[in-house]
Amino acid sequence: MTSYLISPLWILLIAFIFCIFFWQYIKVQAAIAVSGITLYLLSSIRLFWAVYQDGIQVVQIGNWPAPFGITLVADLLASGMVLVSAIIALAIILYSLQDISAQRKKNGFFPVLLVMLFGVCGSFLTGDIFNLYVWFEVMLVASFVLIVLGNRKGQLEGAVKYVTLSFISSGFLLTGAAILYKLTGTLNMADLSVAIAEHPNQKLITLSAVFFLVGFGIKAAIFPFFSWLPASYPTPPIAIVGLIAGLLTKVGVYALIRFFTLLFTYDVSVTHSLLLILAGLTMFFGVLGAIAQHNFKKILSFHIVSQIGYMIMGLALFTPLAIAGSIFYIVHHILVKTNLFLISGIVKVTHGHYLLKKLGGVYNRFPYVTILFAISAFSLAGIPPLSGFWGKFTLAKAGLAAESYTIVVVSLVVGLLTLFSMSKIWVSVFWSAEPEETKSRVTYNSRTLFRTHYMLIISSVFLTMCTLFLTFYPDALIAVSQRAAEQLLDSQIYIQAVMGENN
Amino acid sequence: MNLVIALIIGLLFSASLFLMFQKSFFKLIIGVILFGYATIFFLFTVGGTTKNAPPLIAKDATSIEGLADPLPQALTLTAIVISIGVQLFVIVLLKKVYEEVGTEDLDDLNTTDRI
Repeated sequence: MTSYLISPLWILLIAFIFCIFFWQYIKVQAAIAVSGITLYLLSSIRLFWAVYQDGIQVVQIGNWPAPFGITLVADLLASGMVLVSAIIALAIILYSLQDISAQRKKNGFFPVLLVMLFGVCGSFLTGDIFNLYVWFEVMLVASFVLIVLGNRKGQLEGAVKYVTLSFISSGFLLTGAAILYKLTGTLNMADLSVAIAEHPNQKLITLSAVFFLVGFGIKAAIFPFFSWLPASYPTPPIAIVGLIAGLLTKVGVYALIRFFTLLFTYDVSVTHSLLLILAGLTMFFGVLGAIAQHNFKKILSFHIVSQIGYMIMGLALFTPLAIAGSIFYIVHHILVKTNLFLISGIVKVTHGHYLLKKLGGVYNRFPYVTILFAISAFSLAGIPPLSGFWGKFTLAKAGLAAESYTIVVVSLVVGLLTLFSMSKIWVSVFWSAEPEETKSRVTYNSRTLFRTHYMLIISSVFLTMCTLFLTFYPDALIAVSQRAAEQLLDSQIYIQAVMGENN
Repeated sequence: MNLVIALIIGLLFSASLFLMFQKSFFKLIIGVILFGYATIFFLFTVGGTTKNAPPLIAKDATSIEGLADPLPQALTLTAIVISIGVQLFVIVLLKKVYEEVGTEDLDDLNTTDRI
């Protein structure tokens, strides 16, 4: 039973070690990475199924009992996030076979990618706040390397901002963990949840809550801390952007959800109303940034910021329906956002540019690329019946039920503005006539593009299929999200699973 | 004693943030290093700066009174290793940026922010 929980982690670790053995042979590395990630997907499906059937899975590493040893916990949210990360990883690794240059692969693209996934998976599964910090660092250091891989000027400049702010946020996390340890004498999340509820001086606990809010807030790119994201995310090659943009900020959101449902729930009126204000501002300023941009990748990067606002909004409303909406939105967003970046990469292959004014006429030349983009873009904007609509609908319904009318109005206005900036891409890249200067440079047609870059198309189609599945069968995911939200809100289930029956 | 340590930690934090707000690459590096030290020192101090016995428990012992708490020290070691790794990365990164961009002013790194 316990092996389900550890197998995603060790599969990635072993694949990484084998990649290191074959440092000079990039074809062998590619084969190892693809098979490793396929196994990772299978094992995460197995883990998700086990959690879905039998409830929360727990492993105490080295058999030390709960508050003393290192604990790995998988509840529905964590195992679902592992599953989504595996789906994205598979699409990205297939895409990268033809997108990443041989030089970058020689410099260790595959092993670093596997380490980053290892860190992401560990952050989802850990049940201990100090281990969470360590997993975050594994993930971040690998993502630093991925962002600068290739040493282009833009990559290096973006990385300076990203690395500095990430280092500061890690310092905040460590400080918050130190305060919590001083106050309660434990680092295990389930044990902390009990200890915090009984702690006499809750004002001091709020102090550490602020440190965690800032630390995870920088990683999730919420309102005052988002400036690093549009500066650094669009700089590396598109396969790396897709993975980082799809996954990393969502790990921050996951950690916020975990901490603010399990630990800091004693004073919801203060902490969660602060989160609600931040959510509204994040949405609004993110989408304003997107409207001002004229670059395909940068518009998409600013959209990440505004979408993070929706996820935090669900957490801040703090009702079962709202958190379920938030989880639905995270899953939908990871799939759609990664796919949009992949499609922008396909357009870059054919037209050689990301600037909107130099692009055009994709609809005439590559109709199937246009269909892929349309499904993802209008899903992101929340047009019914696409998957984004169900996420926004659930959140808006929860907001109305909780009588937080302001945030609902803000979220609907932001949805409209998202649609506006998506149609800007749609009109100038896909519908408008091709500009004269680029006409001669586009040498591909539909058939030759597929012949030379079939992996790019295949992985994008794969992600679009996932989006379409959510579009036509949203009930399945909504039901799972609701169960996950119930698990999150009833912290007793989590505590009993980790600490055993005697608590 | 505790007051002195608290003041030192505060000084380290403020000095590091002040240095990170400057324009120069070199000050950024020093700021990052000091910030790492400040958090680690904070983590270490949280364990208590008392003169306790080493945490070795005799077989027949019934109480753990008077023993030091080993956990903050273990955490500190881990955090030191991690922060040294990140600091090295920052130093190499800034050297590379200096070679590539040819400036030593953080305000000039704005090509990725232009609309």
